[in-house]
Amino acid sequence: MRKTGWFAVMVLVAVLAGCAGTGKKSEAPPVEDLSSGADTRGAADKSATDAKGLAAARRAELLAQTRVYFAFDSSTIDAEARAVIEAHAAHLAANPQIKLTLEGHCDERGTREYNLALGERRAQAVEKLMRVLGVAGNRVTTVSFGEEKPVDADHNESAWRKNRRAEILYKQ
Amino acid sequence: MNLRYVWQLLISAVLIFWSLNARAIITIEITQGADSGIPIAVVPFGWDAKKGALPHDVAAIVDADLLRSGRFLTLPKKDFLSAPHQDRDVTFKGWRLLKAEALVIGHIAPAAGGKFEVQFRLYDVFKERQLAGYSYTVGPGTLRAVAHQIADVIHEKLTGEPGAFNTRIAYITKEAARAGGAAYKLQVADSDGFNPQTVVQTTEPMLSAAWSPDGSRLAYVSFEDRRSKVYMQTIADGRRELIAEHRGINSAPAFAPDGRRLALTLSRDGNPEIYVMDLATRALRRLTANPAIDTEPSWSPDGKYLVFTSDRAGKPQIYRMPAEGGEAERLTFEGDYNARASYSPDGKMLTLVSRQQGLYHIATLRLDSRALQVLTDTALDESPSFAPNGRLILYATEVRGRGLLASVSADGRVRQIYRLDEGDVREPAWSPYNRELRNKE
Repeated sequence: MRKTGWFAVMVLVAVLAGCAGTGKKSEAPPVEDLSSGADTRGAADKSATDAKGLAAARRAELLAQTRVYFAFDSSTIDAEARAVIEAHAAHLAANPQIKLTLEGHCDERGTREYNLALGERRAQAVEKLMRVLGVAGNRVTTVSFGEEKPVDADHNESAWRKNRRAEILYKQ
Repeated sequence: MNLRYVWQLLISAVLIFWSLNARAIITIEITQGADSGIPIAVVPFGWDAKKGALPHDVAAIVDADLLRSGRFLTLPKKDFLSAPHQDRDVTFKGWRLLKAEALVIGHIAPAAGGKFEVQFRLYDVFKERQLAGYSYTVGPGTLRAVAHQIADVIHEKLTGEPGAFNTRIAYITKEAARAGGAAYKLQVADSDGFNPQTVVQTTEPMLSAAWSPDGSRLAYVSFEDRRSKVYMQTIADGRRELIAEHRGINSAPAFAPDGRRLALTLSRDGNPEIYVMDLATRALRRLTANPAIDTEPSWSPDGKYLVFTSDRAGKPQIYRMPAEGGEAERLTFEGDYNARASYSPDGKMLTLVSRQQGLYHIATLRLDSRALQVLTDTALDESPSFAPNGRLILYATEVRGRGLLASVSADGRVRQIYRLDEGDVREPAWSPYNRELRNKE
């Protein structure tokens, strides 16, 4: 899932870079401009456009992620999860009418009741970071499903990794 | 430990029963330890075949119960030299030759109103003496219960401890996703898994079924409103009440032994804490105040204490506190994950889930010595509860990707798996004792 996401980003970056290059070529006759400062300025413009495109693509890619993942028996938000949450917080700042639900989930290991509590802790960890990032508390509802709603019903490490998660769900 | 595995390899007796009035096919596989016990002969009960077929083979149910307990070795019928149904037909010599220490005979006769009269006798083969003899007059729907009560009488007379065959189990099943989504059912069945009855069905998960002390009600957690809420339901008429729907988690209900209070976990103040609710007034009293997770409360049989799971020391461990509130004392120190504890009926022991080398097993903790004994070797064992006689522990396990019920004797010697034909089975809880059906003598 996340691998496909990264692939999409790379394709997008490549396309954006290509667009900027093409635009530059068709813009001006090459001969007059060769010795002028326009070339340098043009190169700076080009990289700025690329950087902007890349940042936008990265933001879109992060915003498209509605799940953040946790280590076993942990509710600590790692760098990857933080980047996703920051993107959502920025989106929420730009769209003050949106409300959201944060769902906390666990893998199947351990008791169901303890996992219900752990799932709540995960949802609350995401909520806490969002509030630090300026999202008002009254826009966020948290709910824990414990281990009851796995994404992957298998009983192995790969399934467990996918199931230890918080889901960021926008309400329409 | 080695012996345990040898047993497991050598003894894998499979008993298959076909339920006549329920669709479910139940296989009880004794995976360990059915090689010892009191040798007992259970003779098929007499019945006049001209009066039609009996709805249940009472003697076969008695036989299966006794074998399943691990405390008896029921002798194969093909070796029987005679099939007595009446006291006058019993000759002990033949049974001694089979090395039977005890003999069970009986007969069934039609009674008024479509009922049946079941009589049985239990004998000590060596002393040539009757140990018990009772009669029961019941409708066809109660014949299985009578068989379980007969097994209970035999268990008590021969081992000195009451049986727990005439009890029920509650559990939750999940059927695979269909057009309308997954189906979750809270079920109640006989202790051998027969006569399953659906108490409530939803398309969202349920968990933590808890019996009231009189066996008439169940409290449980349902996500039917897309979040956890605690409900209480009367089994006989299906009447149910919403008990808790506070902000956050509402879960882990446990009836006090007096039946008037319910311990539960609420996170309405921000994180999970243990509360006790007075069921008459619905007044709540908070017992824990800790930024850690506090959950899975369970009452001591005398109602004086609650044990619960807390990760206040970093990892989940079992604690005990007075039911009126006060200091919590940590009980488990072995391993980095001990959870979901509940008391044995005599109050001397807890059963709990304990992680060992990354695997989740059922264990017991002796409260006097604090000795932890791991009873199972499967990887994802959950939700243990004692039978009301304290001899067996019922729990949920996972075999080849499917949730199943299993039981283990409290000493870890006998283990069995219940294969209920009902999808994924989880969250079992063993009922208190049922009322007796015996006729007055």
